[in-house]
Amino acid sequence: MFFLNNIYLIPLLPAFGAAVMFFFGRKLTKQTVSTVCVGAVVLAFLFACGAVLQYNVWAGAHDHQPFEKVVYTWLGSGTGHLNFLTHGGSPADFKIDAGYLLDPLSGIWLLFVTGVGMLIHIYSIGYMAHEGGYYRFFGYLNLFMFSMLTLILANNYVLMFVGWEGVGLCSYLLIGFYFLRKSASDAANKAFIVNRIGDAGFILGMFFIAWYLGSLRYIDVNAAARSGHFQIGDPIITAATLLLFVGACGKSAQLPLYVWLPDAMEGPTPVSALIHAATMVTAGVYMVARSNALFVLAPTSMKTVAIVGALTAIFAASIGLVQNDIKRVLAYSTVSQLGYMFLALGVGAFAAGVFHVFTHAFFKALLFLGAGSVIHAMSGEQDMRNMGDLRGRIPTTYRTMFIATLAIAGIPPFAGFFSKDEILWQTWTSEGGAYRILWGIGYITALMTAFYMFRLIYLTFISKPRMSHEVEHHIHESPVSMTGPLVVLAVMSLFAGFLGFPHSLGGSDRFARYLDPVFARGEAHVLLEQGEAAQLAAGEKEEKHTSPAEFVLMGLSVAAAIAGWLLAGRSYRDATKGYVEPINASAPPVYNTLLNKYYVDEGYDYVFTGRRKLGGVRLGAMGLGEASSWFDANVVDGAVNASGWLTRAVAALSSWWDKWIIDGVGVNGPAILARMLSYPTRLLEWGLVQWYALVMTAGLVGFVFYYVYH
Amino acid sequence: MMEISTLHYLVLGAALFLLGVIGVLTRRNVVIVLMSIELILNAVNLNLVAFSRYWQGLHGPSALHGQVFAIFIITDAAAEAAVGLGILIAFFRNKETVNVDEVNLLKW
Repeated sequence: MFFLNNIYLIPLLPAFGAAVMFFFGRKLTKQTVSTVCVGAVVLAFLFACGAVLQYNVWAGAHDHQPFEKVVYTWLGSGTGHLNFLTHGGSPADFKIDAGYLLDPLSGIWLLFVTGVGMLIHIYSIGYMAHEGGYYRFFGYLNLFMFSMLTLILANNYVLMFVGWEGVGLCSYLLIGFYFLRKSASDAANKAFIVNRIGDAGFILGMFFIAWYLGSLRYIDVNAAARSGHFQIGDPIITAATLLLFVGACGKSAQLPLYVWLPDAMEGPTPVSALIHAATMVTAGVYMVARSNALFVLAPTSMKTVAIVGALTAIFAASIGLVQNDIKRVLAYSTVSQLGYMFLALGVGAFAAGVFHVFTHAFFKALLFLGAGSVIHAMSGEQDMRNMGDLRGRIPTTYRTMFIATLAIAGIPPFAGFFSKDEILWQTWTSEGGAYRILWGIGYITALMTAFYMFRLIYLTFISKPRMSHEVEHHIHESPVSMTGPLVVLAVMSLFAGFLGFPHSLGGSDRFARYLDPVFARGEAHVLLEQGEAAQLAAGEKEEKHTSPAEFVLMGLSVAAAIAGWLLAGRSYRDATKGYVEPINASAPPVYNTLLNKYYVDEGYDYVFTGRRKLGGVRLGAMGLGEASSWFDANVVDGAVNASGWLTRAVAALSSWWDKWIIDGVGVNGPAILARMLSYPTRLLEWGLVQWYALVMTAGLVGFVFYYVYH
Repeated sequence: MMEISTLHYLVLGAALFLLGVIGVLTRRNVVIVLMSIELILNAVNLNLVAFSRYWQGLHGPSALHGQVFAIFIITDAAAEAAVGLGILIAFFRNKETVNVDEVNLLKW
């Protein structure tokens, strides 16, 4: 039980590394920096493995309950001073623990976050070897690991939010790592600001949950949600889950808040791999999966999640078709794959969504690290139009990236095939014909995915060389610290899928079974009671529908992947300098729209920040942001100024009255009168003593004469 | 030989008084003004002593009230002269003059 009882050490290990970098990093050698920081993450990974293994043993003896470890009470003290009234009118004590919770869901996240994080830390040793700010980079990475692990292991929404904000901060710091570059600092700001919108939703969602269910602790919330007290479609739970989903949209880059993720590629490539592909952006999926007990009570929210996920998937994939920057293709691919995950969550296939997160972490991290290796070899070039024919020159990178491409495209038996196929199958079998449309969207996205990924492979590794001679001369395979992680991830991309080998192919679907305690427990109860079959969890559904249709769909998916591969091969196999994109050749307007990302950024600029023109095209008079600004400057401030002006006018009148009537007539008037009367009087007083004496004498003489001669 | 009567004293006192008043009214030097005031006081003293002598003739030698009064006035004059000269010296230190017509601050 050592690992379980000390589970709080898992996030604290990287926090220690970050603290060391913060206080002493500047003075340490690169050797020491990498020993401390990578060592901390390796230890965290080993610790995590131990904890999950111990949990599996422990759970067997405890009815698969989640393991909870409360370290101390963080907010609220049980003194009764932080009481609040819940929706039902009963008092609840506001008490948030610094507590950790391990169950299959957080266990899976824990393993791949520490595992992939460890590999990316090792990779960074090689990748960042010649960069400035080495200790700063590793300090941020460790801080990120701390925040992410806090997010995963928290036992309540508030502590999760702490980690949530922490990863957002680290994302900001690392996107803006090359802060001297304007575009990097702009991208960092964009990521942070767009995420704030989502965070606002998350916070409001938390308020709703606390108010309605009386607690923010997962165990309490889940118990309350599954108690059967709440109707399916309860409006407040719907509102709470929709708000939580807004938070997930921000963090996991879903429509309409996805815009920050492609720009986040300004950060160093290991950061793109760790934060913006494998781990942080899956936090939204984690949060929705964690709140599954609430989401199943809100079919509207579930539908919203599914529709937003599907639309994001196809939207981002279509942009990815024509991007030329190797990292941007992968960024849009990430957005698109995250869309798949939300599609899975939205149709109730939580386990399938989590499974896709799991496999995606490996192959997408591998793709980004491979792209980093390519960029490293190409002396910093990221534009695929200037690459080509790298196959023989950086063979390890090529092979591993090829495996990752097969995985993401959904070619069996690579990892992506199992997870993506599971999602499509679950979507297909969901109740209601409308889900077939979502399946169609997912299917077309799969085709696009295969196309753009093989386009990347062909343009980068296979077609004719298009780089300058100078760059060509410097091409070299990356050091072992970089290729090592690539190989490990390639192996994982190859085999991770077997964990979820489906029933229909004779497997046992161990992955979904493992997650059953998180997703299926209690749902059967609710569903039985409500007589509602729409939101059946993954496990139950599968047993019901083992049909030939699954094999047909599987065949169709593979056909789509191979079709994408062949199409990409036909278009780009022999691309020479100045090749023409096939989409551009057949439909230039479509190509331009896709290349410019549907002008969404420009649209946001118009709506929110006051941009009026797109090139020569006038977009309109005034966007929302500009209109708000105008309203504020002219109407709100106008009212403020008007009241100020009115006050001043009244004050001027009052001042005039005071100055001329009160002071003038009332106060100064008598004074002026007295002064005027004083002019003749004071003539008598001219200051000569002897004159006064003379007057006295004259008066005396006058009196004497008067009395004598009277 | 004519006897010196009370009337003679009174005439002498009136002359002295007049001299003093003229001195006070006309001389600019404060010292002389003070001396003129002494003249006025002594003119009064002379009157008092003269009437006291006249009174003795009527009521016997013990009627000395006027002479006692004169002694009081001499004492008072000495004190007054001391105070006046003190003011004068303070004034001289400030204005470097003893002319009374230059003491003209006390006016509107």
